Amino acid sequence: MSDNILEMRHITKTFPGVRALNDVNFVVRRGEIHCLVGENGAGKSTLMKVLSGVYPHTEFEGEIILNGKKVAFSGIHDSEKAGIGIIYQELALVPEMMVYENLMLGHEIRRGITIDTPEMIRKAEELLKRVRLSVNPSAKIKDLGIGKQQLVEIAKALSRNVSLLILDEPTAALNEDDCENLLDILRLLKSQGVTCIMISHKLKEVLEIAETITVLRDGQTICTLDRQKDEVNEQVLIKHMVGRSIENIYPPRTTKPSDEILLEVHNWSAFDVNLGRQVLNNVNFHVRKGEVVGLSGLVGSGRTELARSLFGNPDGYITTGEMIFKGKKQVFRHPRHAIRAGLAYATEDRKRNGLVLIQSIQHNISLANLQGVSKNGIVNEELDKQNAVNFVRSLSIKTPGIHQLVMNLSGGNQQKVSVAKWLFVGPDLLIFDEPTRGIDVGAKYEIYTIINDLVAKGMSILMISSELPEILGMSDRIYVVANGTITGELDAKTATQEAVMRLATQY
Amino acid sequence: MNELLTVLKKNVREYGMYIALAVIMAVFTILSNGLFISSRNIANLLNQTGYIAVLAVGMTLVIVIRHIDLSVGFLSGFLGAVAAIALTQWNWPVWLTILLVLLLGTIAGLVTAFPVAQLGIPAFVASLAGWLIYRGALMLVTAATGTIIVPNESFNAIGNGYIPDLFASASFLPNVHKTTLLLGAVAIVLFIIGQISDRRRKLQYNFEVLSTGLFTAKLLFISVVLGFITWILAGYNGMSWTVVIMVAVVLVYYFITQRTVIGRHIYAVGGNPEAAELSGIDVKRITMAVFASMGFLAALSGILFTARLKSATPQAGQLFEMDAIAASYIGGVSAAGGIGSVTGSLVGALVYMSLMNGMNLLGTDISLQYIIRGLVLLFAVIFDVMTRKRKS
Ligand SMILES: Nc1ncnc2c1ncn2[C@@H]1O[C@H](COP(=O)(O)OP(=O)(O)OP(=O)(O)O)[C@@H](O)[C@H]1O
Ligand SMILES: [Mg+2]
Repeated sequence: MSDNILEMRHITKTFPGVRALNDVNFVVRRGEIHCLVGENGAGKSTLMKVLSGVYPHTEFEGEIILNGKKVAFSGIHDSEKAGIGIIYQELALVPEMMVYENLMLGHEIRRGITIDTPEMIRKAEELLKRVRLSVNPSAKIKDLGIGKQQLVEIAKALSRNVSLLILDEPTAALNEDDCENLLDILRLLKSQGVTCIMISHKLKEVLEIAETITVLRDGQTICTLDRQKDEVNEQVLIKHMVGRSIENIYPPRTTKPSDEILLEVHNWSAFDVNLGRQVLNNVNFHVRKGEVVGLSGLVGSGRTELARSLFGNPDGYITTGEMIFKGKKQVFRHPRHAIRAGLAYATEDRKRNGLVLIQSIQHNISLANLQGVSKNGIVNEELDKQNAVNFVRSLSIKTPGIHQLVMNLSGGNQQKVSVAKWLFVGPDLLIFDEPTRGIDVGAKYEIYTIINDLVAKGMSILMISSELPEILGMSDRIYVVANGTITGELDAKTATQEAVMRLATQY
Repeated sequence: MNELLTVLKKNVREYGMYIALAVIMAVFTILSNGLFISSRNIANLLNQTGYIAVLAVGMTLVIVIRHIDLSVGFLSGFLGAVAAIALTQWNWPVWLTILLVLLLGTIAGLVTAFPVAQLGIPAFVASLAGWLIYRGALMLVTAATGTIIVPNESFNAIGNGYIPDLFASASFLPNVHKTTLLLGAVAIVLFIIGQISDRRRKLQYNFEVLSTGLFTAKLLFISVVLGFITWILAGYNGMSWTVVIMVAVVLVYYFITQRTVIGRHIYAVGGNPEAAELSGIDVKRITMAVFASMGFLAALSGILFTARLKSATPQAGQLFEMDAIAASYIGGVSAAGGIGSVTGSLVGALVYMSLMNGMNLLGTDISLQYIIRGLVLLFAVIFDVMTRKRKS
């Protein structure tokens, strides 16, 4: 058999108004871990969807050679049969179902006409062992952390006998520990003979794990780098990805926060009625005008709960404690009260609750501030369009036009739309939950620059992030959250990753 | 020609509906030897469509925000009976009766919405309860009298009457309704002006637009169709009050959904309720408002129907909700939420009622009629899903 498990030749794929892939060539050797990098909208996900049959062979040009044979898939079923497993950018598990049910979904083991539960659980245990995950197969998916869910996804793919595993940004939502663990699993799979293609914006982990790296830019293959032959480092990758070098990942900030305190929170606690447990416990913190405050902590530590309980409490927690915003004691009973008062919250999960995917860029950008483009309840279309055009230009959102549906944008460009939406509201304090999740280095730099511009204008940012370098690089001050309470406050100038991690795991 | 094909392909969903309507009308015209397209029948068809179209408009918005309202059929029947009672037994004036019924409808909508919006009860269940309750209420108020005859001429005009001809003349086009012609002409002119300014605006923002040739052809075509309908109506008694009300409802709702903040909010709630909530939209309030509008329109539909029959019967409103839901789906609303237009639901209602009217005209057996209506609905929805899939 040939040395290359996969060759994709001259792949061209167009969408209305967009040439997502332009004559792309992509070769993967058997048994390697191959990383695919590139800016948002470069075409990485599209290339993988072409490979896995999401786009049937009639909808693109070029050929795919798998194991030396030309293949033409009409759907994911075909590619699954051929041994390709794909894990999408967004997880595809059923939260209400149990782990083993999810693992065997669509491939249930039967005895006669009934489901053979013991056998399914046994098989599930086997699969979980392959990814070194020790959870009860009868646990519900929604009760697992996101890191474990990701491993369940991988185990699910393995259950289908894959020889080529594709992972689209598997680590985007994971914290450092879970990332490490996932990379270990990939190495383990490699030793079992599984070839992996991984898409990621986290260059450090790419350099840690990849044997070969392919860079895409604007729908074209820029280069394929072999770690054994070529000298590869972050700077080189960035240069290939964005076409220019970025010296400083975190642009320097020239302004200093003022002494004026914008938000003060005292003894803030929250009880989740649905889960029946305390999610926040006696939280105390403050944010100054023109300050960037980082909120660090592990996934599930309560950072998002804190943000949401302050931002109009849409989950209906029972809250106690005091919140003083702009010198006034406040309790917001709905997000709209918070927004009106000058507090905004950009969600971590843009697809689930940040954007209306089936609507246009234009409609999404003005959604939280329709008053800004209307008079007497009637929307001024001209103004609305002009506004959207301006944001698309100033944030360089990659799209053929403002009428493009948001679901057709690449992940990073969706994030920019979400940013634009909140910038248009123009709040005094923006709570930014994972602002750069799934965003490429170039766009990250742009978002950091925007943050700097905003605080220079006197706005304050409360940034929730799982990426320690980002927290350290962008914040003025850092609070660390663990187990629903703040375990420490650090000055960003002197803080170290170790110090943050120590506080984050302290309870 | 090439452009025409690609445009058709791209907008197959929207144009498909119009083509279906045209085909259905053509087929029935041929099968009925032209009876279907006669002035009298078209006027009749439009009057029949009125009370369903009004319901379909409201239902479309309910479905857009991912709910359903099964109660509106019997609600409209019950409120029709209330109107009849107010007129005949309490001797209320027409305007007060109408006001009362519309108010009751709005309240009924809010009552249905309350458990849905505030307690998270599925709308299917909440409105099924309403279905039972209003059915019982209708039976109750008509129990003593049976069918209630409404002798009030001006009330019945809403369902049977025609707008007066302000320019009646014995010499100039004697048998033609001149006011209707004038209204038709005005509508055509407004339509053309609107289209041209819309196109100019789109060009300004570099949007894709039809080529000048095709654009002109489209304008011409639609103007001819509108003109033709006007001519047909003018040849009989002119435009009926029902048509005036139906068109007014569609125009008002079109404006609300396309141009206002609340319209944007409705579609955002349908598209992603969680994102809408976190964008500061009060999802509960929108839900209450949409159901209230549904109740209001159910009341209007009840008035139209009662006036049309000149009486309120114990069976009035039966299956109206199903007809409205069917019309909405034929009109392209999506059950997944966030997609659907009121103009679509109007055309959907026209398609649906043309089928009924045509089959009645041909004397098709009633059992067969139901089967055919079911098949058309099924086909429309399948067509919708297929074209949507191909687009994405
Ligand atoms: N269904 C679609 N319709 C129209 N355009 C699309 C569609 N899917 C993708 N595109 C466009 O194709 C281009 C490539 O998108 P793709 O999702 O492959 O980017 P990506 O490299 O995965 O980016 P990211 O890192 O942000 O996930 C983008 O410009 C995107 O807007
Ligand atoms: Mg992607």
